[in-house]
Amino acid sequence: MIVEFILLVLKAAIPAGTPLLFGTLGEVTAERSGVLNLGVEGMMIVGAVTAFGVTYTTGNIWLGLAAAALAGSLLALVHAFASITLRVNQVVSGLALTMLGLGVSGLVGKRFIGMPPRTRLAPLALPGLSDLPVIGPLFFRYDPMVYLAIILALVLWFMMYKTRWGITLRSVGESPATADALGVPVFQVRYLAVLFGGLMAGLGGAYLSVVYTTAWIEGMTAGAGWIVIALTIFAMWDPVRAMLGAYLFGGVRVLQYRLQPLGISPNLLNMLPFIFTILVLMLSTGEVIRRRVGAPAALMQPYTREER
Amino acid sequence: MNNWPHFRLEKRLTVPPWLEFLTLAVSLLLALVAIAVLFRVLGVNPIVAYQRIFRGAFGSLYGLTETIVKAIPLMMCGIGLSLAFRARVYNIGAEGQLLVGAICATGLALSRPGWPSWALRPAMFLVGFIGGALWALIPALLKVRFRVDETLSSLMMVYIASELVNYLVYGPWKGAKEMGFPYTDKFSPSAQLPRLLNTRIHYPTLILALVLAVLAYVLIQRTKWGFEIRVTGENPEAARYAGMNYFKTVLLVMLLSGGMAGLAGVGEVAGIHYRLRYPQGISPGYGFTAIIVTWLARLNPLLVIISALLLGGLLVGGDAIQVALGLPVATIYIFNGVILLFVLGSDLFTHYKIRLEWRRER
Amino acid sequence: MPNPSEPHLAVAMYGIVKRFPGVLANDHISFEVRAGEIHALLGENGAGKTTLMNILYGIYQPDEGVIYVKGKRATIRSPRDAIRLGIGMVHQQYRLVSTHTVAENVVLGLPVSFLFPERAARRWLEEFSQKYGLSVDPNARIWQLSAGEQQRVEIIKALCRGADILILDEPTSMLTPGEIDELLGIIRRMAAEGHTIIFITHKLDEVFAISERVTVLRQGKVVATLETAQTDKTSLARLMVGRDVIFQLEKKPAQPGEVVLRVEALHVLDDRRLPAVRGVSLTVSAGEILGIAGVAGNGQRELVEALVGLRKSQRGRVFLKGQEVTNQPPRTLIEQGVCYIPGERAMGLAPGLSVAENLILKDYCQEPFARGAFLDYAVINAHANRLVDQYSVTTPSPATPVKLLSGGNIQRVILARETCQSPTLLIAAYPTSGLDVGATEYIRQLILQQRDQGTAVLLVSEDLEEILQLSDRIAVMFEGEIMGILPAHQADLGTIGMMMAGAQRIPMSEAA
Repeated sequence: MIVEFILLVLKAAIPAGTPLLFGTLGEVTAERSGVLNLGVEGMMIVGAVTAFGVTYTTGNIWLGLAAAALAGSLLALVHAFASITLRVNQVVSGLALTMLGLGVSGLVGKRFIGMPPRTRLAPLALPGLSDLPVIGPLFFRYDPMVYLAIILALVLWFMMYKTRWGITLRSVGESPATADALGVPVFQVRYLAVLFGGLMAGLGGAYLSVVYTTAWIEGMTAGAGWIVIALTIFAMWDPVRAMLGAYLFGGVRVLQYRLQPLGISPNLLNMLPFIFTILVLMLSTGEVIRRRVGAPAALMQPYTREER
Repeated sequence: MNNWPHFRLEKRLTVPPWLEFLTLAVSLLLALVAIAVLFRVLGVNPIVAYQRIFRGAFGSLYGLTETIVKAIPLMMCGIGLSLAFRARVYNIGAEGQLLVGAICATGLALSRPGWPSWALRPAMFLVGFIGGALWALIPALLKVRFRVDETLSSLMMVYIASELVNYLVYGPWKGAKEMGFPYTDKFSPSAQLPRLLNTRIHYPTLILALVLAVLAYVLIQRTKWGFEIRVTGENPEAARYAGMNYFKTVLLVMLLSGGMAGLAGVGEVAGIHYRLRYPQGISPGYGFTAIIVTWLARLNPLLVIISALLLGGLLVGGDAIQVALGLPVATIYIFNGVILLFVLGSDLFTHYKIRLEWRRER
Repeated sequence: MPNPSEPHLAVAMYGIVKRFPGVLANDHISFEVRAGEIHALLGENGAGKTTLMNILYGIYQPDEGVIYVKGKRATIRSPRDAIRLGIGMVHQQYRLVSTHTVAENVVLGLPVSFLFPERAARRWLEEFSQKYGLSVDPNARIWQLSAGEQQRVEIIKALCRGADILILDEPTSMLTPGEIDELLGIIRRMAAEGHTIIFITHKLDEVFAISERVTVLRQGKVVATLETAQTDKTSLARLMVGRDVIFQLEKKPAQPGEVVLRVEALHVLDDRRLPAVRGVSLTVSAGEILGIAGVAGNGQRELVEALVGLRKSQRGRVFLKGQEVTNQPPRTLIEQGVCYIPGERAMGLAPGLSVAENLILKDYCQEPFARGAFLDYAVINAHANRLVDQYSVTTPSPATPVKLLSGGNIQRVILARETCQSPTLLIAAYPTSGLDVGATEYIRQLILQQRDQGTAVLLVSEDLEEILQLSDRIAVMFEGEIMGILPAHQADLGTIGMMMAGAQRIPMSEAA
C-alpha cells in the first residue's frame, strides 16, 4: 500500500515538475550569464495563453508550443533590452514584465476560458523500457514533452560544462570584465541567454495549458514562475540538479493534496521549497561554498565597459 | 585609485527638478500611448477603455472613494519602501510583510473579541506593525550576517507568508460560520475599523498613513537617522568612513518598511474585510504595486501619497473595465507593467545624457 | 635615429605624447626594444611607464607619436589589435575568473574546439611546461592558486594568443621571494626561446637580476636608456627620482610637541589575506609632518586604513596621545580627533548629497549640528557658508550636489571638513593626486598651516617632491616595511630613491 502510494506520487511528480523544469533550465541559463529574470511568471503565463490559443485555433499542438516559445522570448527581449542595454534595475524590470505578462495573458485569454481542447498530446511509450514490470507502465509512458525536458536538461548540462559555449556563458556571468578583455561579446551572450530563458519559460507555461491541464484558466501558472526562481537557487544553477529539484518541488505540489486526508496541511508543505531555498541562499554566500556552488558572481550587476 | 573621471562625467549636466518632472510626465504619456497600441493589437478600443478607466476611477463619487480605499495600503507600503530604497535596501517582500501584519491583527481580534475598541484597534495596529517588522527582520539579518541579497530572500518570504495565510484560513482559523470558504469568522465590532460615512474608507488607517508620510519625510530630511540612511544609499563606503554603522541602518529601514507594510495588512483585514481571507483576497499584489508607487514618487514619502492615489485609481479603473467592457481584472496589470518600464527607462535618460557628453569630450 | 624598420627592433615607439586632464603622462617619449631582449622600464608611479605600455597594448591611444612593431608601422586601437601583432600584457591586477579552472580560463575567448575545449588547454600547458617551466595544474581552480601560479596562468593566456612580445606590469608586486625567483627563471627561458620581454618595475634588484637594458622614466620623460651591465643601483636611483623642484613653499622650522601617534610593530593583511603591513613602527608628534614615501602598493593603503579604523590589524598596537586605540571603530577615532583625507576621493563623499551635508558627514550627530534627533540646517548651512569662503571652494551654492564640483573643489571640501575643527591627528593620503597646479599648491599650504597650528600630520604620497617639501621627517615604505626614517634635512634623493626601490635600509634609532 505504502509502496503503491509512493510510486503513484513519484509518477505524478514528473509531469507536475516538468513545467517547472522548463522554466528553471531557462532561468539557470539567464542567471549564469549574470542576468536575473524575475519576469518568468509573466513569460510562463504568456506562453500558456499563446499555446492554448494557437492550438485551439489551428488544431496543431506543435504549432501552439512553438508559438508559446516565441511569445516567451518576445517578452524576454524587452527584459533583455531594459537590463542589458539600458542597464535598468533588473529586479524592477523583471517585476514589470511579470505584471505585463499577467495582464496581457488575461486579456488575450478571455475568449478561451471554458473552451475545450481541440487536441491532446498522446503519451509516448518508450520502447523496451515501458514493458518493464511494474515501473514500466508507470514511468515510461509519459507525454513527449516530459522526455524533451529531460533531454534538454542533460544537453544543457553537457553544453554548460563540456563545451566552449558553456565556458563563455559562465565566464560572462562570473566576470564580464575578464571575458570582455578577451574579446567575448558580453552583451550578445547575455541577450541570447535571456531570450533562451524566455523561450523555455514560454514552453513551461505551454505545457501547463495544453498538456498538463488542457484548458486555459486566468492566472493558471499560480506562482509557478516564482517557484522557478526559487528552484534556480535551490539547484545551485546546475541543470541536472534543476531536474531533480523540479521533480522534488513537483512532487511536493502533488503530495499536498494526497496528504490532506492524513491531516498534514498542504500549505505547510508548500512552504518547504521556499524555506529550503532560503537555507541554500544562506549557506551559499559563505566564501568557501560560494566558490564551489554559489551564484554567478556578476549576477544582477549590469556591465559597463569602463571608460577611462 | 583615482575616481577623477567619474566626477568629471557627472558635472557636465545639472538636472533641475523641473526637467525631472518633465521627463517623468513624458514617460507616463509615452506609456499610455504604448498601452493604447497594445490594446489595439489585442482587439480593445483604447479610447473607450481609457474613458471607462478614468470615469470609473475619478468620474463618480463611488469611484473616488474606492480610489482612496485602494490607495491606503499602497501609501502605507510605499512610504516604508521609500525609506528602504533610499538606503538602497531593496525590500521586495512588502507583500509578505503585509500578510503577516494581517495575520497578527487577526490573531488578536479573534482571540480578544471582548476588548473595547479603544484598546483593541490600536493594539491590532501595534501587533501588525511588529509582525511585519519581524517578517522583514529575517531577510535583514540574513543580509547583515550572511550577506544574502535581500531581494531574493524577502521574495521567498512572501510565498511563505502566503502559504501561512492559506494554512490558517483553511485550517485552525477557519470560520465556524463560514461554510467551507477560506475565511475566518468575522471580527467583533470592536475590532472593526470605522468607515467614513457610507464609503469603504477606513479612515483611521488613512490618517495614520498621512501622518506617517509626514513623519517619514521629516525623518529622511531632517534627522540624524535620515542622514545616515541617505549617506548609506549614496555610498556605503563613505558611510563607514564617516563612522556610521551600515548594519544598523539596514536593520532600521527593513524594520520600518516591514512594519509599515504590516500596518497596511491590518488596515485591510480590520477596515475592509473584517476577517482574514485567502491571500489574494486580502491583497491583490499591493506590496508589489507599492514598488511602482515608490519609484514613481522618486522615493519621496510625501509624493507617495499622490502616486498611490494614481495607481489606486488605476486599480479601480480595472474593476470598471471589467464590468463595462467585460475585460478581465488582470488587464490593469498591463498598465502597471508598462508604466513601470517607461519610468525606469526615463530614469536612464537623465544619466545617458551625461555619459554621451563625456564621450564627445574625449 | 636608428631606422625603425630594422627587424632587430621588436618594438619602437617615437615621440609618444599622452595627456590626461591636468597631467602630461607621456612627454615625447621614444622607446626601443630589441628582439629577444629583456628590457626593464624603471620609474616611480606617475612616471608614465604603465601609460606608455597601455598605449602599446591598445588600451589608450597616443595623442602624438608613431609605433612600429617588428619593423612595420602599427596602429593599435584596442588590445585585439595588439594581440594580433603578437603583443601580450600581464597586468598588475589579474583578470581571471576565480571560480573556474585554469584550463577554462586559458581557453576563454579562443576559437578552440567546440567539444571538450579544455583538451587544447591541457596540450598547451604541457608544451609550455616543457619549454619554459611554466607549470600549473590545468584542473585547479583559480582561487586555489597562489599569486605566483595565477600569474603563470596570465602568462600562458598571453602565449596562447601568439604573443612573442610580452609586457609584464610590476609582475613581482604580489609574489613571495621564492615565486619571484621562479618567475625570473621563466622569463629567462622565454627570452632564450626568442621572446621579447618588457618588464615594468620600480625595484632596482629586479632590474639587475634580469634585464639586459633598462630605460628610466621620470615625470613622463625618458631620462636614460642604458645597458644594465654598465650601470649601478645608485646611478639608477638618482636617475629615477632626481628632479627640479617647482614649488617653493614658505616653511617655518618645525616645533614638534608631544608624541600624538605611536605605532608599534603593526601587522595588517590586505584584501587577499596576504601581509601588506609587516611590522611597521613609527611616531608622529604634534606640530610635525611625517611623510611616508614609497611607490603605491607597498602597504601604505592598508596602514592608513588600519589607523583610521577601516581595517583590522592582526598584530601590533596603536596609541593616540598615550591611549591605546588599536582596532577601534572609525567613530571612536573620529571622536578622538583623528581626521582622514582618503586616497580614494570617492570614499570620503556622498556624491548626491549637497556640499553642506558633505561638510558635516562625520560631525552630523554632534552639537551644534544636531539637537536631539534633529539636524539643525540653519547651523549646518551657516557652517557651510563659512567654510566655502574660508577654503575658497567654487560652488554655485552650498546646496549643490557635491558630485557636480570639479576635482580640485571636491578635494577642498574634503579638506575643509577634515581640518576645520583642529584635528589632533591628520592623515592625508595622496592629497593632491590628479589636481592642477593651483589646487595642489593651495592644499600643500593648508597642510603646512595645520602643522603650524599643532596638528600631528601623517602624509602619504607618491610625489617625492611633495614629501620633500612638506615633511619634517621622512619614512620610506617598501613591501610593507619601513626601510628607514630620516629627518628631512638629512634626506637626499639618492638614499630615498634606493629605499623606495628596496635596495637600502637604514636601521632605526630611538629618535626616529
